[in-house]
Amino acid sequence: METLIINLLLTMMALAVVILARSRNLFAVIVLGGVYSFLMATVLVALDAVDVAMTEAAVGAGISTVLLLGALHLCKTEEAKPIHRPWLPLAVACGTAAVLAYGTLDLPAFSDPQAPIHVHVASRYLAEAMAQTGVPNVVTAVLASYRGYDTLGETVVVFTAGAGVIALLRRRKNNNDRRATQTDFSGERRP
Amino acid sequence: MTLASHFSYWITLFLMVAGLFIVIARGNLIKKLVGLGIFQTSVYLLYIAPGKLIGGTAPILAEGFKVYSNPLPHVLILTAIVVGVATLALGLALVVRIREAYGSIEEDEILQRDHSYQAEDAA
Amino acid sequence: MRHDLVLRIVAKLLIPFILLFALYVQFHGDFGPGGGFQAGVIAAAAVIFYALIYGLDTARRVVPDRLVETMLAAGVLLYAGVGFAGLALGGNFLDYFVLAADPVAGQHRGIFWVEVGVAVTVSGVMLKIFYMFAARGRGADGED
Repeated sequence: METLIINLLLTMMALAVVILARSRNLFAVIVLGGVYSFLMATVLVALDAVDVAMTEAAVGAGISTVLLLGALHLCKTEEAKPIHRPWLPLAVACGTAAVLAYGTLDLPAFSDPQAPIHVHVASRYLAEAMAQTGVPNVVTAVLASYRGYDTLGETVVVFTAGAGVIALLRRRKNNNDRRATQTDFSGERRP
Repeated sequence: MTLASHFSYWITLFLMVAGLFIVIARGNLIKKLVGLGIFQTSVYLLYIAPGKLIGGTAPILAEGFKVYSNPLPHVLILTAIVVGVATLALGLALVVRIREAYGSIEEDEILQRDHSYQAEDAA
Repeated sequence: MRHDLVLRIVAKLLIPFILLFALYVQFHGDFGPGGGFQAGVIAAAAVIFYALIYGLDTARRVVPDRLVETMLAAGVLLYAGVGFAGLALGGNFLDYFVLAADPVAGQHRGIFWVEVGVAVTVSGVMLKIFYMFAARGRGADGED
């Protein structure tokens, strides 16, 4: 039953992506992206990843959609008709898919308790987290304590991305001259 | 190996390849970023689906539960999502700047304009 | 959107609860689903919601740019500070066992402050990014 629900949701996600890829109205694309994120969050709940599901619902469906719409507000909403038929990208994608599908044949079956992922370090976290940290939510314990270095790195990455956005979008005082920005950009690419 | 035991892998794979296809086939920069986002979310599935145990529960320790899903991929992906949105914002900021400099977010038009600038410089 | 009565009232009703939920997610993250990343995003979403309904300028008066930019750096510094506190008390970098007399209490304390640091940085970054895009949009409107 559980597997059936998960598979059904996964199929719906695949459908959403197919519609998204075919649509040329960017507003529709972004809203479909939000739908896709909510489906993803639901799948993650079904996969017992409640912390991740909460983040995905808030970030993927909330903040990303707002940001994309904000950026779209500054650009055109209709995608131009492609000049080439997408045969070459399709061939590349299919080739990649074939190679990856060949790779999945050796992977352990879904929900196999003997799979390497379950017999390695995770069982130790589950057994010892409560005694060592006193935190019942193992995800929090691993995130903040066992893998604190990782999380510090991720926080710094988030900070850096924020700083990058500030650097790119901050208005300088004499920024009304568009021509200046143009030469700026082309100058950087042609040393 | 049966359909049921590997279905989640194949959907993951499909999403990944669909994202890749959008990134390389579409010329619109915002559409490309959406495609990149789909590629990225497919990786979430790739990590988290194998950690699931049918009949298990979320990794929050409590009396009366013995089987928990694997918490480690959850941790890795949790941070990946937030970093993902931060990098998406960075990409969008670049798109906005490109739009201001070139007046377009279509790859073909940007390239065309680039060539005409080069021709101007040469002349 | 500024004159839509229904949206304004609903926003006024919802925003306190969204902020409260963010605090719950932050401080209950040890025992249930949640933690710094989620709480930061939810708190930022509440302010973004406010800005969407009441306008960017009002939101900027409530949560000024200066505060947001400080949050950006303060969270990372707080996180790293917990690491250095571990060093100063004779442990390793990001070693929480030495933060209190009882090792488990020390872990609790370390995890708490680290999560606060994460939440502060994440909400600061999300909010700053939104402010940048929204302000840019208005400027472009003026130019076009």
